[in-house]
Amino acid sequence: MFRFLNLTLNGLTNGMIYAAVALALVMIWRATRIVNFAQGGMLMFTTFIAWDLAQVHHANYWVALVVAVVAGILIGGVAERVLVRPVENGPPLNAVIVTLGLLIFLQALAGMIWGNSQAHSYPPAFRFIGYKVGDRTLRFSPNDLFIVLSVLVVVIALYVLFQRTSLGLQMRATAFNPEVAGLLGVRVGRLLTLGWALAAGLGALVGVLVAGTSSGYVTPVGPFDALLIYGFTAAVIGGLDSPGGAVVGGVVLGLILSYADSYISNFIQTMYALVVLIAVLMIRPKGIFSRTSERRV
Amino acid sequence: MSALLEVQDVTVRFGGLTALDNVSADITDGEVVGIIGPNGAGKTTLFNVICGFNRPDTGTLRWQGNALQRHQPRQLAGLGIARTLQGLGLFPHLSVLENVMVGATKHARAWIGSALLALPRGDRDEQQLRKRALEVLSELDVADIADRLPGQLPYGVQKRVALARALVADPKLLLLDEPASGLSNDEMRELADLLRVLKKDVSVLLVEHHMDLVMDVCDRIVVLDFGRVIAAGTPAEVRDDPRVLEAYLGEEVTDADG
Repeated sequence: MFRFLNLTLNGLTNGMIYAAVALALVMIWRATRIVNFAQGGMLMFTTFIAWDLAQVHHANYWVALVVAVVAGILIGGVAERVLVRPVENGPPLNAVIVTLGLLIFLQALAGMIWGNSQAHSYPPAFRFIGYKVGDRTLRFSPNDLFIVLSVLVVVIALYVLFQRTSLGLQMRATAFNPEVAGLLGVRVGRLLTLGWALAAGLGALVGVLVAGTSSGYVTPVGPFDALLIYGFTAAVIGGLDSPGGAVVGGVVLGLILSYADSYISNFIQTMYALVVLIAVLMIRPKGIFSRTSERRV
Repeated sequence: MSALLEVQDVTVRFGGLTALDNVSADITDGEVVGIIGPNGAGKTTLFNVICGFNRPDTGTLRWQGNALQRHQPRQLAGLGIARTLQGLGLFPHLSVLENVMVGATKHARAWIGSALLALPRGDRDEQQLRKRALEVLSELDVADIADRLPGQLPYGVQKRVALARALVADPKLLLLDEPASGLSNDEMRELADLLRVLKKDVSVLLVEHHMDLVMDVCDRIVVLDFGRVIAAGTPAEVRDDPRVLEAYLGEEVTDADG
């Protein structure tokens, strides 16, 4: 029972991270109908910027975090405006190739600046020794709590933005039908840039959070690529179009992986995610929360 | 009174086909102008030229005296031109009220940042948009369905919602693309009454097949056939014009019993 509790807490923490990555992917999907394969690369790069500040220049943890998020917002906005905008109305494959190209470019650039061979450790925000219950230690530390709460705060903030502000209303309208939204005076282009910027900023936060976990480290290629697979799976569970679904999908996936990891085998974690991905696509291709009947794309 | 919108000698060719041939038309404040003509006469092309979907090969458009050059559909709202679409284009997952609020975004002045940070300014904007959208919905007698989704409503009511969404931006000119299509006779009478009320605040340019409605509500009518203006004037003038009878009304009369 204690083991199950631990696995649940661990799954929840990881799930919140997947949820945040999924949310970033969903925001970009809603804005531009593009799966951003560069998401992992973008958050890797901003995490390196934070790492450089925190570890090389001994900046404060929070300063490094804020700089990473701001850098993410800038990279996301510029990527949409400069790279994605020209291919937005073309065949979907063009956009896929552009985002893959950006991923490879960012990985190469990070390798040139910070080196490819070494795995850099990143400081956690808080202790990562678990809380104690009696004489037993939970697999849930103050740092994990920080991860869960920060993602939760961002999710709530985004919910308020989407559901309670006119800007969010315009973003939702644009997601459904950009042409009509444009006719009504919504500045569609700006909103697309904003969608990418917010998503990349969220990604940057995730990168720093992940790097600061007990198993986290920073390299140009590696842990952040797996994060894209988990995030994408979580987004697909939620239907790719639903921010709420992405969050639930992330937590569900985190729990599944945590249980499977411990009760089955811990060698093949990425494969469990792919199994879940294929299962969802076979059984409910529009996600668990889809409102399929109403949508015509 | 000077014209609100002037179309001067506009020609549009698609390959070898001349869709519009030296077409001129205009509309002044407080007028309802109808564009009629048989299928393929160029009504939709004229509409699309005004909206900026098609570029004229020759000829000019003037909006409040200023030439419109290479304007884009997305600039219409800023100019004060609103349009409804044949397919309505309501956002399926947004409530009726939210649909209308999107139409009023021109009036949302808040800087993006104040919305992001939920500053008071953004919140006040949101409240004003909501209030304004509700007002327009009540003007069109559909305030009671503000919280429903468009898909749950009968077509005639959806059309009213689309109209509310166009009106909420306080346009100077309202472009209506086949406003009567799919409406019952009762609904069409209501639409005619509504248009007569609306013209106090906004000029209306409508493309319509339905002769009864056009003859009933329009101050002036422009008749197109094969891309040319074959007649223009008041409903009475147009009705008696032999060219119009030949091109359009004759055809209507023969199948009027169908």
